[in-house]
Amino acid sequence: MLLYALRRLLYLVPVAFGVSLLVFALVHLAPGDPISAIVPPDAPKEVVDKLKEYYGFDKPLPVQYFRWLTVTLTGDLGTSIGTGRPVATEVASAFGNTIILAIAATIFAFSLAVFLGTSAAYAKSRIVDRLVTMISLMGVSVPHFWLAIVLVIIFSVEMGVLPPMGIGPENSTGWRPDWAHFKHMILPTIALSVIPLGVVTRTVRSTVKETLSMEFVTALQAKGLRDDQILRHVLKNAAPTCLAVMGLQAGNLIGGSILIETVFAWPGTGFLLNSAIFRRDLPILQGTTLVLAGFFMLLNLTVDIIQTMVDPRIKRG
Amino acid sequence: MAIQSPTVDIAAAMVRPTAASASRGYWPSVGRRLRRDPVTLICAGVLLLVVLSSIVAPLLGLADPYKTSMIRRLYPLGSPNHLLGTDELGRDMFARLIYGGRLSLFMGVMPVLCALLIGGSLGITAGFVGGKINMAIMRVMDVFYAFPSVLLAISLSGAMGAGTENTLLSLTLVFIPPICRVSESVTTQVRGFDFVDAARASGASALTIVRVHVLGNVLGPILVYATSLISVAIILAAGLSFLGLGVKPPEPEWGLMLNTLRQAIYVNPVLAALPGVMIFTTSICFNLMSDGLRAAMDVKA
Repeated sequence: MLLYALRRLLYLVPVAFGVSLLVFALVHLAPGDPISAIVPPDAPKEVVDKLKEYYGFDKPLPVQYFRWLTVTLTGDLGTSIGTGRPVATEVASAFGNTIILAIAATIFAFSLAVFLGTSAAYAKSRIVDRLVTMISLMGVSVPHFWLAIVLVIIFSVEMGVLPPMGIGPENSTGWRPDWAHFKHMILPTIALSVIPLGVVTRTVRSTVKETLSMEFVTALQAKGLRDDQILRHVLKNAAPTCLAVMGLQAGNLIGGSILIETVFAWPGTGFLLNSAIFRRDLPILQGTTLVLAGFFMLLNLTVDIIQTMVDPRIKRG
Repeated sequence: MAIQSPTVDIAAAMVRPTAASASRGYWPSVGRRLRRDPVTLICAGVLLLVVLSSIVAPLLGLADPYKTSMIRRLYPLGSPNHLLGTDELGRDMFARLIYGGRLSLFMGVMPVLCALLIGGSLGITAGFVGGKINMAIMRVMDVFYAFPSVLLAISLSGAMGAGTENTLLSLTLVFIPPICRVSESVTTQVRGFDFVDAARASGASALTIVRVHVLGNVLGPILVYATSLISVAIILAAGLSFLGLGVKPPEPEWGLMLNTLRQAIYVNPVLAALPGVMIFTTSICFNLMSDGLRAAMDVKA
């Protein structure tokens, strides 16, 4: 088991190398050079050259890459061109806010999805099954940023019961576990959870249904087990497949939150990324992308390892 | 909006129900099954309506979608001369929604087509040749898989800047890896069948084997998978425009319209939500059609 985890970690090294190359390339995909974005067009050439030297843009690309890589590996993501503060500090505080929202959405989506998917698989009536299939279809088809706007229209504009934007009350400096802050989380959480809800419900429904048709379930019934005891066996067998999909969805949720955070002005990584793009603040763009991709990789690794732990049938060589 | 990579079981897919369709062949039987599927037919009809009306929009006698008017801003639905009201700059909403389909659908279908061409060829090559080539191609794809798809699209577009071409490019890049992965896995499965060995033993070149024996067997699953990506692409393209990273104003495009109408949610909320209804409708139709196609083609994915 430990050996497998180590091997998986080792396999991550070349991927991480590729990811770092791609993230580094982001700056050079940008039209023009990164300095011209922050200096006025009539700036004297000496100032531009000096800034280029300061940021290291005057060196050849491979040199720039290795310099950037060594600095990045020490945890220094550079300095924001827009605010002059360290990128690592900015990304860290935003990442915390994103994670809070992501955890809330994950818990909400996954628990509801397991309930809906299982009841659809068990349902004797076609209506329940149809209804759940409809819900999961809606989940994968709805543009979630539009749903966010519709939620704001219904609950903030028309009914006036929930706040339309922000992480907390006006003078709030950060997230705190109290009712005022929870109220601000409700709409973003719902909007963020529709996609994972749809995808996971679909997976749970089909996996549980498939498991129910296996012979061991008939054997358990013949043995005289109660339905709830059988359900335990069924869920245990359906778990690995569902876990894999859930892991992927949890990671995609972090990416999907960019649009939701923009709608609700939630001060997370997505909001940071979006404002960085419009200020042409490339170090922030680079840093945020790197941190999110790194998190996504670690999440996938964790899910992989948990999956092997849950399911002894998976032998990985 | 998340891209799922299904595991495709080509062996199961290739055992086709021959009893009922022996005399008709595979594709006619697919068509017959599609004709008996009302949900798929209705979805196809709706999509056809949206696509056709956006193509022939200039012939429909609609109002000018670019003509602004300061006095006619944010008319409600059902106003005389403006069936669906007017937007924040006084432009006719109905015309803009119809014209908007042009860019929105193009941005949804085009990246998937490009990715199908590039990712499909890469995947089939990787699956058929195997060995080091397979390693090289698939490890590069793994790098792209290390990013959540939305993040990759936004970061690429954000770095390259707004604009239709850049959005097309970044969306194509996002869809190449999943299509490549699916193509590789089905091709690897087909390569293991006896008829491929038989063809090779009878002296067929690699290119001939791919063209004659492999392509016909892998194209179905790959195509079905690609159609399931179109709805994701439409939502993602609209999302990029919504963030201001896609199509530039004043072009009518559903995501961009949703963005600019956000300021109107207190004045005319129903109007502000309209472009999203279009995105939702087309995406749900593409999803249902892809499901229907999958069932009709008997692809287990």
